[in-house]
Amino acid sequence: MSTITPRAMGQALDRLDGADKVRGLARYAFEHPVDHPAYLFPVQSTVAVGRITGIDRSQASAQPGVLAVLTYHNAPRLSTEDGELRVLQSDEVAFRGQIVAAVIAETSEIARHAASLVRVDYEGRTHNVDLRAEVPGHREHLRVPNEVLPLFPMDTAEGDVDAAMASAAVRVDEVYSTPWYTHNALEPHTTIACWTEEGFTLHLSTQGVTGIQAGVAQAFRLDPSQVRVISPHVGGAFGSKVYPRADVVLAAMAARSVPGRPVKFALTRQQTFSLTGYRPPTIQRVRLGAGSDGRLTAIDHRSIEQTSKLKEFAEHSTRATPSMYAAPNRGTQQWVAELDVPTPTIMRAPGEASGMFALESAMDELAIACGLDPIELRIRNEPDTHPHFHLPFSSRNLVTCLREGARRFGWERRDPTPRARREGGWLIGTGVAAATYPVLRLPGSKATIRADANGRYAVLIAAVDIGTGTRTALTQVAADALQADVEQIDLRLGDTAYPPAAEEGASAGITSWGAAICAAADQLRQRLATEHGGTVPADGLEITADTPENEYLKQYAMHSFGAQFAEVRVHEETGEIRVPRQLGVFACGRIVNPKTARSQLLGGMAWGLSMSLHEQSVLDLRFGHVVNHDLAQYHISSNADIGAVEVHWIEEDDPYVNPMGTKGVGEIGIVGVAAAIANAVYHATGIRIRDLPITLDKLLPG
Amino acid sequence: MEAEVTFRVDGTSHRLTVDVRTTLLDALRERLGNTSAKKGCDHGQCGACTVLLDGQRVNSCLALAVAHDGAEIVTAAGLASDGELHPLQSAFIRHDAFQCGYCTPGQIVSAVGMLREAEAGWPSAVTAGQPADGGSGGSDGPTVGILTDDEVRERMSGNLCRCAAYANIVPAIQEVARG
Repeated sequence: MSTITPRAMGQALDRLDGADKVRGLARYAFEHPVDHPAYLFPVQSTVAVGRITGIDRSQASAQPGVLAVLTYHNAPRLSTEDGELRVLQSDEVAFRGQIVAAVIAETSEIARHAASLVRVDYEGRTHNVDLRAEVPGHREHLRVPNEVLPLFPMDTAEGDVDAAMASAAVRVDEVYSTPWYTHNALEPHTTIACWTEEGFTLHLSTQGVTGIQAGVAQAFRLDPSQVRVISPHVGGAFGSKVYPRADVVLAAMAARSVPGRPVKFALTRQQTFSLTGYRPPTIQRVRLGAGSDGRLTAIDHRSIEQTSKLKEFAEHSTRATPSMYAAPNRGTQQWVAELDVPTPTIMRAPGEASGMFALESAMDELAIACGLDPIELRIRNEPDTHPHFHLPFSSRNLVTCLREGARRFGWERRDPTPRARREGGWLIGTGVAAATYPVLRLPGSKATIRADANGRYAVLIAAVDIGTGTRTALTQVAADALQADVEQIDLRLGDTAYPPAAEEGASAGITSWGAAICAAADQLRQRLATEHGGTVPADGLEITADTPENEYLKQYAMHSFGAQFAEVRVHEETGEIRVPRQLGVFACGRIVNPKTARSQLLGGMAWGLSMSLHEQSVLDLRFGHVVNHDLAQYHISSNADIGAVEVHWIEEDDPYVNPMGTKGVGEIGIVGVAAAIANAVYHATGIRIRDLPITLDKLLPG
Repeated sequence: MEAEVTFRVDGTSHRLTVDVRTTLLDALRERLGNTSAKKGCDHGQCGACTVLLDGQRVNSCLALAVAHDGAEIVTAAGLASDGELHPLQSAFIRHDAFQCGYCTPGQIVSAVGMLREAEAGWPSAVTAGQPADGGSGGSDGPTVGILTDDEVRERMSGNLCRCAAYANIVPAIQEVARG
């Protein structure tokens, strides 16, 4: 693998689609102009588990303007084993909010009203939706997940943790928990589906047009070439738009029942809470054993999460732990409980966001127990090689991030005593935590480059830009891969008309797509040199290449690292918590575009604050649904919640990760923030919060 | 039930017949093909649908079209004139005050309305002299001075940004406010 020389990479270019976005002219899925659309509105189950005993659609069907009412009686039979996609296939209900019928009508107002007139009767059964009832002792529903990300082992074990804990001079053994988080991308899941003789055209809000194409084609027994998916702009996704879900299938079904007519389907904000996935709640136990000098002798991390009975999705909350610290005795274990709930899904830094809250809170507790500075504790336990894989790191700058962050944050002036700082009724504390995220590459990308004789290059790949800045950053990568200027590159993405691409996820976009573009550029250069004397022929030249294998994957462990700092103020009387200052220092390889990368890291840090203090999907255990299912009750950080945020990064030159030297920046910004804030809350108040979110009731006496 | 209404949107007059249940937002997006204002929650909780309605910022998802016959509406698409971006639009690009762009037209329209409110002396919850600030309120009343970080944050908190570009939105607006 050869690396490319940065010329365009490293430039803080403005977003190429900026002028469209600030005017509202960039078209999101639902905004594609279509003639004579029909509108779709779903009916959702009101029981968490049971059987439909009767559906009366007569009143709905009688409404003027209603085109069809779909139920399991008249819906097309699907060909998919994916339980979340098997929409309207039987009388069984597997979670509250599952789609049990849908109305297609001339207008959205008619569809919505008619949907409210569909009467569905159920025979409900006793449901189990409470993960907390699944803690040890009541483990009948617990099992090891079938699959998590394949690069990392589900469970790990080395040495004898129990024996090391028994003989450790200092021990931490605590349980941490995180709630059910919901993505709430500002653009809800939306689709315009049209069925013609050629097949489906889907304008869709998605993180991966290729994956949606495959999923829909399979469900409807079509060849993928009969499904075109178009997604030029996506209004945020954060993991919720990776996998096809019920809404896409339902829209396609509806389009089949009104051939030739585009069907528009936008989930309401409320519907997204049950239909588009969520970050599963976790209950985690962390055990740390150390000598009195803080050197770890044992690290053990176990996590219980939930999945649905329709389909398994498991976050890998213990995944980061084996990459972090040296200790001779280590273990991780992952369990899932199958409940009568919707299926969770990927959410920003799946695994690390939840897991590092537990591990990095426990590290803070250990530092206090040892009487050590928490940064010094982490430095003392820095491993020489990857503790589990026993491979060298391709680059690892955790200690540099911690030291640089400490210097910039003013850490050395910190008095570690809790409740030592007070200003006008506010208790002030500071906290630190480490962050990490693996460098991943997702399979299945190809890129086409068309060179023309005028020195321009069309670069075609079915990647998407969900707001991360892909359109801009990938243009910079292509320019450097082709040793051309940014102005010579015409990057086209977001359409299955272009070569297939892995989904935008796992901070792997630039790695997966960029490596394919670099490979195509290499081959283009070779072809030009060997067959065309170095000059592009008059009718142009086209090359398509796959993302190549990376031979270094077997030789090096590849991870980003970072250090998160936070200052919190807790009001002594009211318990109100504010975060006036956050600072992050990251080591993420080469930064392709400092402007857009900084925004991703800033955004991740704000997500971390939001998951620490605000967010929690509150489940009504009686009925099995999220009760605070809107943006007034499920609070996501607003402008007034965010204080001063500083983002810095360490220059890293890593020739092993990919030809660009990039490690990805989408996820790591959120990782460790919750622990840094919880640690700062402890420093401010002397109260250790192990259950997120940290709300004021948990800080008030009694 | 239907009703006929007339709007002026971004300088162009439109006459249309609407279902009386149709919101101003849906009338713009689904009937007039102006998709600059976005639908994020349809409940007035996110601000993505913000437009200037007769000069003031409102959530167009909470306004029924039939109730605003004769209204003058400005969306972010109408802020740019003759191909020139509004100064707030240019500042948002320079400061990278957005990522996915879905809340952005609403943020920018909201900022236009907010700057007018501040100029007119409207206080916010964090303006000095407000009862919430612990001040007396008193005979002098609140004072709206320069738009500090906290003032902008407070006044812009009706516009949610899930990408959380807030730390860039605040300086982008302040740059324009300073002129």
